[in-house]
Amino acid sequence: MGFLDLAGAAAPAAATKTCRPRPFGVQRIAAAFVLPIAALVLWELLVRTGLATGRLMPPPSRIAVTLYDLAATGELVRHIAVTLWRVVVGFVAGAAAGTIAGALTGYSPRLSRFADPTLQALRAIPSIAWVPLFILWFGIFETSKVALIAVGVFFPVYLGVSGAVASVDRKIVEVGRVFRLSGPALVRRILLPAVLPSYVVALRSGLGLGWMFVVAAEFMGASEGLGYLLVDGQQLGKPDQILAAILTFAAVGKLTDTLLVLGTAPLLRWQDTYGRDA
Amino acid sequence: MLELQNLTKVYPNGVHALEAFSLTVREGEIVAVIGGSGCGKSTLLRLIAGLEQPSRGRAVLDGATLTQPHPLVNIIFQEPRLLPWLTVAGNVGFGLADLAANDRALRVEEALLRVGLAGYGGRWVKELSGGQAQRVAIARALVTRPEVLLLDEPFSALDALTRADLQDHLADLWAESGTTMILVTHDIEEAAVLADRIVVMRPWPGRKLEEIEIALKRPRERTAPEVEALKRQLVAALNRSLDRSPGRSPGRSTDRSPVRAPENALGSEPVRVPFVP
Ligand SMILES: Nc1ncnc2c1ncn2[C@@H]1O[C@H](COP(=O)(O)OP(=O)(O)OP(=O)(O)O)[C@@H](O)[C@H]1O
Ligand SMILES: [Mg+2]
Repeated sequence: MGFLDLAGAAAPAAATKTCRPRPFGVQRIAAAFVLPIAALVLWELLVRTGLATGRLMPPPSRIAVTLYDLAATGELVRHIAVTLWRVVVGFVAGAAAGTIAGALTGYSPRLSRFADPTLQALRAIPSIAWVPLFILWFGIFETSKVALIAVGVFFPVYLGVSGAVASVDRKIVEVGRVFRLSGPALVRRILLPAVLPSYVVALRSGLGLGWMFVVAAEFMGASEGLGYLLVDGQQLGKPDQILAAILTFAAVGKLTDTLLVLGTAPLLRWQDTYGRDA
Repeated sequence: MLELQNLTKVYPNGVHALEAFSLTVREGEIVAVIGGSGCGKSTLLRLIAGLEQPSRGRAVLDGATLTQPHPLVNIIFQEPRLLPWLTVAGNVGFGLADLAANDRALRVEEALLRVGLAGYGGRWVKELSGGQAQRVAIARALVTRPEVLLLDEPFSALDALTRADLQDHLADLWAESGTTMILVTHDIEEAAVLADRIVVMRPWPGRKLEEIEIALKRPRERTAPEVEALKRQLVAALNRSLDRSPGRSPGRSTDRSPVRAPENALGSEPVRVPFVP
């Protein structure tokens, strides 16, 4: 049995597989690409036909060349790796803290009365406002950046978990009481699995904020990373580099989100809901 | 032996749900509790299960006062209350977390077999019918081998055929395990077919009105004349509990009346349905 009590989550049943649309069918992937490719083609055509100037808005072909050049020197991979590393570390730290704080306050109304107002007040601070303080505390390098990202991830995860845990159906909690689960066991075996669907949503919005904050963090002084590419492109007047970085953000951000969804999907197969999958 | 001594419950909102309820339940006995809606039947079970604290009085199992859920007491609620993120096997084995995985699997398999759901272990809860889900709930409660099993209208959400099936099934399970049971029900036939003793309650505040000892052997045919006579006796007792005139037919009332009209009161077809999983 793992950390969460999802015994047998991996076991069943061929029946569920066949009647569901596969999340990675070819058609589905193709559908996802229709809109961006159409936009790129239109953009290219506008520039080629002279209807738009390509100077501040370089066409996809130029961006592709820039991307290729960056990739050929290995620079692109390095920038992506640095940024991805910051997001992942900050996300894991922030999500873990948010999960624990949310589970505790959701489980104990008394604790919530003490801690929640403070946390809500902290949440009201625009997270960028922490930047100067973090730089003073943690220096200009990695720690302050990761801390900022973690703060950004913490709050949506905390809010999501705390609210969801507090609203778990009493009837199901009573089942746990009848089987005499201790407090931690109740959290692990009843409360957290029950909130898993909303937990995944909270993690996804946390991850989104993580990507937002990594740019802020890299704006405040970095020598590598996708955010650095943005600043560098602005200072050297290279809009194609800016757009290349932006497109990379879109691609990598979407990729991490998809990985999160795919990674949690096996834990959610029990759901009996109307919605589309993933 | 389960002893209820002057159990009294006043809810924080002032509702006097149960007043001085006393009862001694012998080991292996099936006691049915019947009575109108709101007369404190669920409250009674929740007090014994340790899900509520009594305002006065106490429940004592083998010398120990029950103030919180007891390992040898289990309850089956009106709805199955299965955990949807677990498979059927995961639900049935929920109370066996202390056991090694293969011991647990054995016990789960055995319990599923006993409720006629062998081979359903890998299913998700969403893939069960209502009756199957309730049987899984029964298996989940039985698998821990409780000494006392509390049942709060466990079959009331099911259709008449499934209900009769599961009642027969419960009688079989009792014959194998000898578990003490307290069965709250709206269904006088259920009480008449299963119980050794029937407690009739009256409301405002909820209390015991009378006790009826039943000397009939199990299994009982639903159409046996003794059972029919018992059902008539119960209808009369229920009418007394609600201060109703005996002339009025209780089975006719439309709302959630305390009395379910005996389905074959007038002696039509036999009812004992062979159990088909
Ligand atoms: N948690 C609660 N807080 C306040 N009052 C309650 C609570 N639970 C039940 N009551 C009240 O206590 C009384 C007895 O309720 P209980 O649920 O025990 O009745 P019951 O006999 O099980 O009824 P039914 O047959 O409809 O299930 C009712 O008047 C009900 O409104
Ligand atoms: Mg009730």
